[in-house]
Amino acid sequence: MSEKKVPAAVDLSINSDLARQILAGFIRSELARVGLSKAVLGLSGGVDSALACVLAVEALGAKNVVAVRMPYRTSSQESLEHAQLVADKAGIDLLTVPITEMADGLISRFPGMDQTRRGNIMARCRMIVLYDLSAEQHGLVIGTGNKTEILLGYTTLFGDSACALNPLGDLYKTQVRQLSRDLSVPEVIVAKPPTADLFAGQTDEADLGYTYASVDQLLYLLVDERYSISDCVSAGYEPGFVERVVERIRRNQFKRMLPPIAKLSNRTVGYDFLYLRDWGT
Amino acid sequence: MTQIHIALAQINTVLGDTQKNLGKHLDYIHQAVSQKADLIVFPELSLTGYVLQDLVPSVAHKPRPEDALFGPLLAASREIDIVVGFVDEDDRHRFFISQAYLSRGEVAHVHHKVYLPTYGLFDEGRFFAWGDEIRAFDTRFGRAGMLICEDFWHASPPYLLWLDGADLLLFSSASPGRGLTNEPKLESARWVEHINRAYASLFTSFVVHTNRVGYEDGLHFWGGSTIFNPDGELIAQAPYHEESLTLATVDLGGLHRTRARLPLLRDERTSLVNAELNRIVNKG
Repeated sequence: MSEKKVPAAVDLSINSDLARQILAGFIRSELARVGLSKAVLGLSGGVDSALACVLAVEALGAKNVVAVRMPYRTSSQESLEHAQLVADKAGIDLLTVPITEMADGLISRFPGMDQTRRGNIMARCRMIVLYDLSAEQHGLVIGTGNKTEILLGYTTLFGDSACALNPLGDLYKTQVRQLSRDLSVPEVIVAKPPTADLFAGQTDEADLGYTYASVDQLLYLLVDERYSISDCVSAGYEPGFVERVVERIRRNQFKRMLPPIAKLSNRTVGYDFLYLRDWGT
Repeated sequence: MTQIHIALAQINTVLGDTQKNLGKHLDYIHQAVSQKADLIVFPELSLTGYVLQDLVPSVAHKPRPEDALFGPLLAASREIDIVVGFVDEDDRHRFFISQAYLSRGEVAHVHHKVYLPTYGLFDEGRFFAWGDEIRAFDTRFGRAGMLICEDFWHASPPYLLWLDGADLLLFSSASPGRGLTNEPKLESARWVEHINRAYASLFTSFVVHTNRVGYEDGLHFWGGSTIFNPDGELIAQAPYHEESLTLATVDLGGLHRTRARLPLLRDERTSLVNAELNRIVNKG
């Protein structure tokens, strides 16, 4: 009789002081080199945007961080309160721009629209609000997407993934939680179940079908340690789980890149016209 | 001269703007001179920035007195020896990641990077030609050798410089930080510090390393420039992540003392190494 093997835990803990220094420096550098001083970000009430807010305040000072809540009529009161909590603790002003009218203007045209479409519309309405604010404020939109959701594609293209720079994109959700705790994000925000807050009772982990704690460990082996599927199974992971995650990563590659341009000339943007964004700065 | 004052110029750069970078070089050189430094060491590609990609041909220069970048630097080298990073375009229009040693108004030596990392986040082999020489050279402080970043991730280039007479190993890099764990230093920083300490110990030589700081898109450069003595002891370290001019006094008398105690250079069997290398290389 074979005993079921349990995967050995991977240590995903990070040095918070070092992470804070590098990430705050990144925000400061990227703004300064385009001649801007303000960060614009949406505060959802969740842990990712709370952490991005703390890092932006550290990088730029409270007066240079513009935070906005963008509730839809179904958004929970708790989300709004938690966003306020983050803003109060950081000492920043908090704007509130409801997206209900914007979103319903489109949603009401299509009776019976499914939850995915409605969620994508809400995410894209928020993107419009953020980019408009960034133009008004002469700032840059700070992204809040973490490595877990980027790899799994648990994000709306041109919606919540749209930003000018992303300080959190190389931190797994587990690491976002650790760093948030170490940087004194209120525990009530760090500890609550993550949610896109598109409808009452929704949670990320129910949507995904697994917990962040388990999928982060697997993603670390697959991506950072370059394990094959069979390596992961040998390490004790259930084959179906590994295959679902690998397929999800592959299927969502399109969300991680600019749209491909059909090559015709000798020099084409994206293939052989290669410059960093920071070119000349 | 038994004591030399070395300045580690741990700077940030403007990507592709050589004139702005030259201005910063001259400012750091001026500060180093005012602090009585004999030698100032700048990082890899210090005149151009690191992730150059298609900017390479437009930022290339020739280390000659009539060159717009090297004219002022060569003039400044009458007061202080200068190690500077740039893109060298040779007479056949090949582009090299390069480090020049300027002294007394002349170019004493140019090293072309021989190992171009083209894996992971690196793509140097796509944009640059590979250097094909590893040579020590004479300075007013004794014999020295220069290597650039990936050059000293391989054991053979420092070893060859050692055998070619270099007692002062001058390393420059633009090392992107990576490998965040729960340790207080990044994996890349720990690795570089380990090997530099090891080279100083194994070759009973001084190892001077200047790394850059700043960001290019999402990459950050961690600084932490160091000098190790022939006993493998850390005698100077610049801060992590911040621009700085770090000065240290290197006592070349340490070479005599360490090698009297530990004659690794005397006992190195170069003919044996040569014979075995020949056998290994030619066995196919």
